Formats: sequence, structure tokens, C-alpha cells
Amino acid sequence: MSRFFKSLALALLLGASMPAAFALDDFAAVGRPATPAEIKAWDIDVGPDFAGLPQGSGSVEQGQAVFEEKCAVCHGSFGESNKVFSPLVGGVEKGDLVTGHVAALLRKDFPARTTFMKVATVSTLFDYIRRAMPWNAPKSLNNDQVYAVLAYLLNLSDIVTDDFVLNDRTIRDVQKIMPNRNGMTYEHSMWPSPVFSGKPVKPDTANTACMSKCKAAPELVSSLPDYALSSHGNLAEQNRSFGEVRGRKTAESAPVAEKPTPLKIAETAGCLGCHAINAKGVGPAYAEVAAKYKGENASARLVAKIRGGGAGVWGDVAMPAQEDIKDADLQAVVAWVLAGAAEK
Amino acid sequence: MAIGLDDDALTRARFDTLQARIRKAPENFLDAGMILEVGRGRRDVLRGAFVAALAALGGSARAVAEEAKPAGEDAILKLPPWSTSLGRPVAATPYGMPSKYETAMLRRQSPGLTQVAASSVSFMPLQGMFGIITPSGLHFERHHQGWQEIDPSQHRLMVHGSSDEFVRKAKVYTLDDLMRIPSVSRMHFIECGANTGMEWGNVAVPTVQYTHGMLSCSEFTGVPLRTLLEDCGVDLKKAKFVLAEGADGSSMTRTIPIELVTSGEAIVAYGQNGEMLRPENGYPLRLVVPGVQGVSWVKWLRRIKVGDQPWATKDEAVHYMDLMPDGQHRQYTSIQECKSVITSPSGGQTLLDKGSYNVTGLAWSGRGKISRVDVSFDGGVNWVGAQLQTPVLPKCLTRFNVGWIWDGGPALLQSRAMDETGFVQPGYRQLRDVRGVRSIYHNNAIQSWKVSESGEVGNVQIL
Ligand code: HEC
Ligand code: HEC
Repeated sequence: MSRFFKSLALALLLGASMPAAFALDDFAAVGRPATPAEIKAWDIDVGPDFAGLPQGSGSVEQGQAVFEEKCAVCHGSFGESNKVFSPLVGGVEKGDLVTGHVAALLRKDFPARTTFMKVATVSTLFDYIRRAMPWNAPKSLNNDQVYAVLAYLLNLSDIVTDDFVLNDRTIRDVQKIMPNRNGMTYEHSMWPSPVFSGKPVKPDTANTACMSKCKAAPELVSSLPDYALSSHGNLAEQNRSFGEVRGRKTAESAPVAEKPTPLKIAETAGCLGCHAINAKGVGPAYAEVAAKYKGENASARLVAKIRGGGAGVWGDVAMPAQEDIKDADLQAVVAWVLAGAAEK
Repeated sequence: MAIGLDDDALTRARFDTLQARIRKAPENFLDAGMILEVGRGRRDVLRGAFVAALAALGGSARAVAEEAKPAGEDAILKLPPWSTSLGRPVAATPYGMPSKYETAMLRRQSPGLTQVAASSVSFMPLQGMFGIITPSGLHFERHHQGWQEIDPSQHRLMVHGSSDEFVRKAKVYTLDDLMRIPSVSRMHFIECGANTGMEWGNVAVPTVQYTHGMLSCSEFTGVPLRTLLEDCGVDLKKAKFVLAEGADGSSMTRTIPIELVTSGEAIVAYGQNGEMLRPENGYPLRLVVPGVQGVSWVKWLRRIKVGDQPWATKDEAVHYMDLMPDGQHRQYTSIQECKSVITSPSGGQTLLDKGSYNVTGLAWSGRGKISRVDVSFDGGVNWVGAQLQTPVLPKCLTRFNVGWIWDGGPALLQSRAMDETGFVQPGYRQLRDVRGVRSIYHNNAIQSWKVSESGEVGNVQIL
């Protein structure tokens, strides 16, 4: 057999195509198999049918401790705070557990929409807390802590009792009494197929391209109040100073800034999101820091620590690396902290 | 005479200068024949030309001396420094920046909208943009847990299935891998589901940047997700949904419709407007899901999972659900329906004077191409067709223009788009009749701008 035919026969044997016909969708050399350990490391999603739910358990009481330590600073001790995000807890009534519809969603006098008023699937909360919370240290909780802290939130919402233990079995019972579990509808046309609605649904509005005398007169129902015109700064500066229009002058231009105080710098740099002057936040109070390093020459070490981030001095929670603040600004802030962080 | 030399002397001086230049000129500037001719005494030809030119110069110089104030603008009569000096060298800014005069066109936050800047929005300055492409540095931002700078050499994309039934060979790709696969480049709009969400009940913000600025449009380059799934041995008959997951702290997850994957439209993108994605937009990898709200375009994409059940992730089971008047939430609302807005003149602007204006704006639809846009100047009683600027592409912004003579009287400007499915953008009455005012998401109502006699333009709502 000639060489050519030998290789052709081999190619046919292996199911390979002729060289000239290299299929462009065959990327044999591209990518590699994912190992089971790799899939396990990333495959953390939990579906509404609890597919992917890990084993573990946690009590309401344990959850309260986790929440106090790791969550309350942003969400409030009872999940009620709206300082950092909308409240997690509130607005759920006992009757909702029976109907599976949160009644307060219909109340005009109750504008708030908390997490528990909306969510239909308890799997969503487990999945989300495990992947994303605490916000500043995502994926730092172990599975038992996730169960515990979720048990605590369910208890705050009066869905489970004080002695409840949430685990990979009891979570299925919780699903049966989730307050808004029947609150979802799929009667809409905004998914490309009827996989949810079961049948094709037409768009819910049907305007026409009428061209003349489409109505008697325009009815003006809302316009921007004057105070709101300046709520977004000076609009003159948000438009070019040339072209077919100008921006309206709605505020004085920002005065040329005086040299900002260290307090102002710390605020602008985002330090005050985690540090207060006299109270412990995610990080230590600046007054505590000043007291701790009194009489020491700690300035250079602290500058480096803040730049690089790190944990261990005040607890397990790490300060993320502060890369954006300028050197001179950082030095000024540290000097101010060490001098007692005066609040003027 | 204003010039102290006689014409002849000046001509000679000029000519000598010219000679000096000619002598230095490289051969390919004056060809050999011309150089010879000049050498052979064609100088007089040149001299003649200069005499004529200088006569003209002398004339105007005289005029300057006689008439203190010439008729004309200093912008023309006085040469500005940029016409009379040497400019800056190449690569003075190795990555070019906008002109220092372009300080108005910036991304901005809407005060009070969110409590913390790492879970917030910055809006694109629609009021001053041209055409349909958003400069990458002005692309709107929406982050849930801040944005990250990912080292591309450490970034991985994993593709797998809920079980082997859906994907036979789970695989891992590096950027080295992905960039070896034949790519596609496509222009698409991206709009946050909450765009215009502040205006469901009433007018709330002053300008188009804040009413409609959670909108951008880019050319994205990458690999169709379908190609990758096929490479992993997907069973497209069994697959019903795809989960996309980000590599950031929030590890944002969303359930993606398989229909947009099998159609080849969903792209695993690394390129944006000819360069790599910006970090704020998902560098080095993001999912592009044309026509679907921005939250599904998962940034910093690390994982794709194929299955037959939706995932009810946080941002499709707590947020990005549309509250209806009956207290039910529409879940898995994804498609951005047909919408348009006039970007100039628009809220917070003032017209310069009576006369002609180009009324311009943008139209888009998550269901395909824009087929027409109509504009009204009387609050929707009468309409005229606007000109659609090419290209008109599916699930992409389309620029429209229409000429308008402003007579100095009050006017109510609106635009109304229609897409290729025949769907016409609704007015506020139609939208509120079915969806009430608490939906937050998917407000695609007709936007109205009121022009008052002073030329000031304000944000209003009209039924
Ligand atoms: C540093 C502040 C911070 C800390 C600490 C924190 N969170 Fe959050 N949390 C947030 C923010 C901000 C969001 C909203 C993120 C977004 O925009 O998607 C959020 C969202 C949530 C949500 C979803 C709420 C919703 O309606 O979408 C839950 C549940 C939650 N957090 C639970 C926790 C738990 C449990 C902990 C402690 C283990 C915790 N959080 C710690 C800031 C924080
Ligand atoms: C996301 C939260 C966060 C932000 C933002 C933050 N910090 Fe911290 N900071 C912490 C935490 C947590 C610690 C405690 C670290 C430890 O225990 O070692 C800390 C510790 C410190 C310390 C004491 C360090 C030591 O070793 O004793 C100083 C000083 C400090 N931060 C200053 C700053 C400044 C200045 C900024 C702004 C440029 C800033 N921090 C921003 C969370 C933060």
C-alpha cells in the first residue's frame, strides 16, 4: 500500500477528516478536561429543587452569633437596617406563611420591599449567602455557618421557631412555608420561549403607530419640581459649552476646593465605610488604633499595612488592600489617626 | 508703506529662502527634472509668482494700517497659537485621551439612588454622544460587589453540565485557548433592566443621562457560546437553561435562555470596541446576551453550566423581578422591549435661539431591528417619521435624526419606536394600565421633553 493510502486509511480509521476539510468546529487542542476536584471547587450553585445543596446544619442560636459578628455591622442586628442596603427582614405576616403570598406587597402604605417579602425560594438565600456574604469577605463562611445564619434570618422573619435547626433536610420543610412562595408569575413575553409560561404570551402593551390627530390634547401629568432640578449638580457642566444646546445652570460651580482635611480624605477614600472614629465597624475604631499605638512610631508600618491590606491584629476580618488612595493622602490620614483622629 | 523693504528686495529675500529650501528638499519632493529647470534659470517664473503674491500681501498690509478694525472675527483674523506653533509629538499620550475641553461627558452617579458606591450605578452621558457606539470609558457601570482587576493569565472559564447527560466533557479554557478559536464581532446594545426605573410613578431626575443612561452599545468580540458547548459535547435537545457565573466576590449568577445560545447569538466576549474589555465591564471575559437585560451579561465570567432547570439566583429571585399591581412578581423577565429616547434636545438643556435644530436620539429593541421611529413636537397628537441612520442592526442601538424649526413657542418632544416584529413602544398610560407603577424594571415608556418659550428643556410625563 502506498504511503498516501496508508495514511488515508488511518485517517478514516480514526474518523478524522481530510486535511483540506479541517472542520473549524473541531478544537481538539483547545482547552482541557476539567478535573472532578476543580468542578467541585466551583460548582457551588444550589437550585430551587435543592440540587447542589451541601450537607451541614446550624441552629438559630448559632446563627445569631454569626450574624452579630459578621453581618450586623451592615444589615443591623435584626436584619432591619437600610443604611447599606435595603432591609433583609420585615413586612411578613403570619398569614403569609399559609397563603404563600405576602399581603404587604399590596399595601399602599407599606412601600418597603424586604428580601423576605419577595423571595419565593429559600435555596436562593442559601446559595447567595454562601457565594457572596459577608459582602466584604465573600465565601469566608463554612456551610454550617451558612445554615446557621440563614436559620437566624428565618427566625427573625417568624418563619421558624427559636429552637429550630436548619439542615439539608429541614430546609425542604421551610420551603413549604416560605411567605412569598406563590408570589411569582410567568405570564409575560419577556423570556424568549414559553418554557416558563407553558404557552406563548403576547407582549402586554399594543401601541399603534398613529400619525395624526392621535388624541385631543396632550395631558401633562408630571414634571420635575424645581428643587429636583439641582439635585444632580450643575447641569451646565454636564453639557458641552458649544453645540446646538447648552446645559442649564442649576447650581453654582463647585468652589475651588480648599485643601481637604484628613477626615474628608478618609471619607473620600472609602475608609469610613469600615472605620468609625469612636465605634468599632468592620475595622477598628480610629480612636482605638490611636490608643493602641500611642508612643510608638507605627506610621510607616500602618501605611504599608493599609496599602497591602491584611488581618490578624484586630480580628479575623481582613482589611482589603487600599490601592487607590494617593501616598501623600494616606500618610496624612495615618498621621491624623495616630494623633487621635480629631473629628473637626 | 507698511513694509520697510521695497518689493524687489523682499522678493529676493523670499526667493533666497525658497532656494535654501529647494536645495534641502529630498529628491522625491522635487523631481530631478524640476531641480534642473530651477537651476537652468526658471527662477524668473517663480519670481514672477512671488511678486504677484507679495503685491497682494502689501495691499492687505496697507489696509490694516488704514483701517483699525477690519470686518471679521478675531477667531479668523488673528491667528491662534495652534496655527502658529509646533504641535506635540506622536505618542505624547501613548493611550490617547479626550480633549481637555471634553470635561462634561463623564459617567455620573444619581445622588441618593443607592447607599454604597460598590453596589451602585454610574450613568452614561447620553446627552452628548454621537452615532451608536459608546466609548468604552463611558460605558455605564452597575456592580453589585465592586469591580475587580483580574489577571488574565490566571483567569479560567469552566464549562460543564448539571450532569454528564447535558455536557459529556467538562472543560477548562484559558484566554490562550479562547483566542485560538475563530471569533465573531457584533454590535449590540446593553441596557440594565432598571433603566428608567426611577420614573415609573412620576418624573424623578432632570436629564437623559439619569433617565436612560444605564444603556450602552459596543462592538463585542469573542466566541459564540454555542461553539464552546459543542466542543464540550453538549446535548442541545436535553439542555433547557444555562447558568452563567462571574469570578468576582458576588460571583454573580443568572439563568440564560438556551434559545439565545443555540441561535449562536450569545457570545463569550473578550473584546470591546477593538480592545480588550474594560475592567469595569468584565475584563477579561464577559457573556454577551443580545437583547436581554444587562444583569445577564455576566462579567468576569468564570463558569457556564448547562441543565434543564432554572436556578432562581438572587438576582432573578429577589431582584430583577417586576412587581405587578396584583402583588405578584413577574419572574425571569429578560428581554428589553422596544424603546427610544430623544437625546438632544433633552432635559436640563437650553436651546440657543429660534431656528433649525437636529432632533436626534436612539432607538433599540431586544427583539430585533428597529423598523421605524416617529417624533412628535406636540406631545403625541401628530407625528413625523424620523430618518434612521445606518447601520440599522438587530439588538443594537439605532440613531435617528429629524430636522426641526423651533419657532420660539412651547413644544412637547417625544419619540416612538417600532421594531421588526411590529411592536410599537408604549406610552405611560398603556404601560401603567397593565403594570402599575411599582415594577422598577422594564420601563420602556415614551419619554417626553418639554421645551418652554425660554428655550429651557425639562423632563415631563404625558398621557
Ligand atoms: C460590609 C457590609 C455587609 C456585610 C458585613 C454583610 N452584608 Fe449582606 N449585603 C450587603 C450589601 C451591600 C448587599 C447588596 C449587594 C447587591 O447589591 O447585590 C447585601 C445583600 C445581602 C443579602 C441579599 C439581600 C437582597 O435583598 O438582595 C443577604 C441575604 C445578605 N446580604 C446577608 C448577609 C449575611 C448573612 C451576612 C453575614 C454573614 C452579610 N450579609 C454581611 C452588605 C453587607
Ligand atoms: C472593607 C473594610 C475596610 C476599609 C475600606 C478600610 N479598612 Fe482599615 N481595617 C479594616 C479591618 C477589618 C481592619 C483590621 C485588620 C486587622 O485586624 O489586622 C483594619 C485596620 C486598619 C488599621 C489598623 C491596622 C493595624 O495593623 O493595627 C488602620 C490604621 C486602618 N485600617 C486604616 C484604614 C484607612 C486609612 C483606610 C482607607 C484608606 C481603611 N483603613 C480602609 C477594614 C477596612
